[in-house]
Amino acid sequence: MSLHLDRLRWTVGGRVVVDEVDCTPPEGGLTGVLGPNGAGKSSLLRLVAGVLAADSGRAVLAGTDLLGLSRRDRARRVAFVEQESLSPAGLSVRQAVLLGRTPHTSRWGSTSARDEELAEQALLDAGALELADRELATLSGGERQRVHLARALAQEPELLLLDEPTNHLDVRAQLDTLDVVGRLTARGVTVVAALHDLNLAASACDHLVLLAQGQVVAAGSVHEVLRPELIDAVYGVRSLVLEHPETGRPVLTFTPPSRGRRSAVRAEHPAGR
Amino acid sequence: MTSTLRRDAPVAVGPGRRGVAVPLLAASAVLLASMTVAVSVGPAGIAPADVWASVAHHLTGLLGAGTGTAPLGPLLDGVVWELRLPRVLTAAAVGAGLALCGAVMQSLTRNPLADPYLLGLSAGASLGAVSVIVLGISLLLPVAAFVGAFLAMAAALGLAGSLGTLTPGRTVLAGLAVAQLCAAATSFVIFWSATGDSYRDILAWLMGSLAGAGWADVAIAVTAVAVLGTGLVGSARTLDAFAFGDAAATALGIDVPRTRWVLLTAVALLTGGLVAVSGSIGFVGLIVPHAVRLVVGAPHRRLLPLSALVGAIFLVWADTAARALFEPRELPVGIVTAFVGAPVFAALLWQRRTASAEL
Repeated sequence: MSLHLDRLRWTVGGRVVVDEVDCTPPEGGLTGVLGPNGAGKSSLLRLVAGVLAADSGRAVLAGTDLLGLSRRDRARRVAFVEQESLSPAGLSVRQAVLLGRTPHTSRWGSTSARDEELAEQALLDAGALELADRELATLSGGERQRVHLARALAQEPELLLLDEPTNHLDVRAQLDTLDVVGRLTARGVTVVAALHDLNLAASACDHLVLLAQGQVVAAGSVHEVLRPELIDAVYGVRSLVLEHPETGRPVLTFTPPSRGRRSAVRAEHPAGR
Repeated sequence: MTSTLRRDAPVAVGPGRRGVAVPLLAASAVLLASMTVAVSVGPAGIAPADVWASVAHHLTGLLGAGTGTAPLGPLLDGVVWELRLPRVLTAAAVGAGLALCGAVMQSLTRNPLADPYLLGLSAGASLGAVSVIVLGISLLLPVAAFVGAFLAMAAALGLAGSLGTLTPGRTVLAGLAVAQLCAAATSFVIFWSATGDSYRDILAWLMGSLAGAGWADVAIAVTAVAVLGTGLVGSARTLDAFAFGDAAATALGIDVPRTRWVLLTAVALLTGGLVAVSGSIGFVGLIVPHAVRLVVGAPHRRLLPLSALVGAIFLVWADTAARALFEPRELPVGIVTAFVGAPVFAALLWQRRTASAEL
């Protein structure tokens, strides 16, 4: 389903966080949203998910403005996995994934056999089937991430929004997560993910959107966006862009800026968000 | 990785209704047996079978098919029908309502220390009740307690809502502010004008007591639990979706602020009604949901109805102990629930010490 973000804008306390963002993530592809801390990546995803209410603009999915839909109708088409979802005690993995069926089931009724099948399939697709009977709160970070992905899959979304899906994960868990995403896009699901790791983005994304201070600085293929001058302008670091001998995709190395020269675009925020 | 909950058996996973029916039936049977025993316990010992005979006699009488003489004789019959039965029924309804409200409150605020009185309800009710006790118009006590609870709830929700979206943190802190203010006002009223006689009344009310509960109290408590409690149990699926946080719930199609307003108001009205009947009985609404959650897990389709039943059983026994342990003196039931509840809670925390490392 083709997605078009049309001049999305969101302000909080007079500060413009998302500033007229306009971009077109490709249908059935993985789009990486890049940018330094505070650039508005999370906020942009939350606007499209309807968790935040946009001041203006549209998010058009297959001809329908998502922002004009009811929460429930939107939740039937769009799934959203937060950077750090809570993993409460007393909930089994299967029960947690079944909650992804919430927008598709009656508020008063019980879950159907079909809901349980879809939850099972989502567990399988997310590589979390062997965790099904464990308790969510006892899982490792990587395992939890797979369960939250499975919950989003059980929602049967056309559009999947992931906020820093690889944050805090070891390298294997990062690749596993992207592998799950790859299988989804192959099935036609459009995925938009906020990412911090530029090399991970370079290796996995079909399309990139680079944000700085709420605005789109660049959008396009990995080769078009991951260029030293853009990275310097946005992140304030010098970079060397090499080519991966097997995939042909960009591989980046970074060095700090020369003394006294820090980019004017770089937002000064301590890491951690 | 961060929290590992010690648990010997894996969580039972039985989706659908069949996972709910058996524990519900079992708990209902235990509740019925507990109520029967509770009515039969007392200075005038009455056999459980006679309790049922007396109840059956009155029920058939109500239906216009009376069979003549009461099976127990007028004195014992009066003890069952006018004294003990209404009191036991009130205890069951109040216990069920408090445990249910506590479970909903804990989920809505994602705060393990939340209880039904979170929005300053008990402090508001106490202020209303103590004021009328001091003024010597105790007849108005239930009304004053309910009005006090309702005003406190309105003030807390108004304050929390005026800060912006009704988040768990704002709800808890606004409730705290209102509760502290009401507590100070209550202390002032007691300090300023309470006399020797009213002290005892006030203390009994503040600790919570079911002494003297009559059929009017049964009517209030049972109606409140039946109407509002059914609504709360019906919100189980919605509450489940709150588990992963407000943003995740929104992304699952839940109107989070509206749901929180509606459910908090329902909890406040139900708790206000119960407090008006029994005073603010502590610990039932805090402990019972935790204990039930440990056994059946977090999904609300089981947690909510089972919390209600276990709360009813717990308070029926606590009240029986309160009136029977030191006969003829009677303890406020709140003392019993606290004496039992506090060690149980401590044991619970100890058992879950790894998980509570994050608190």
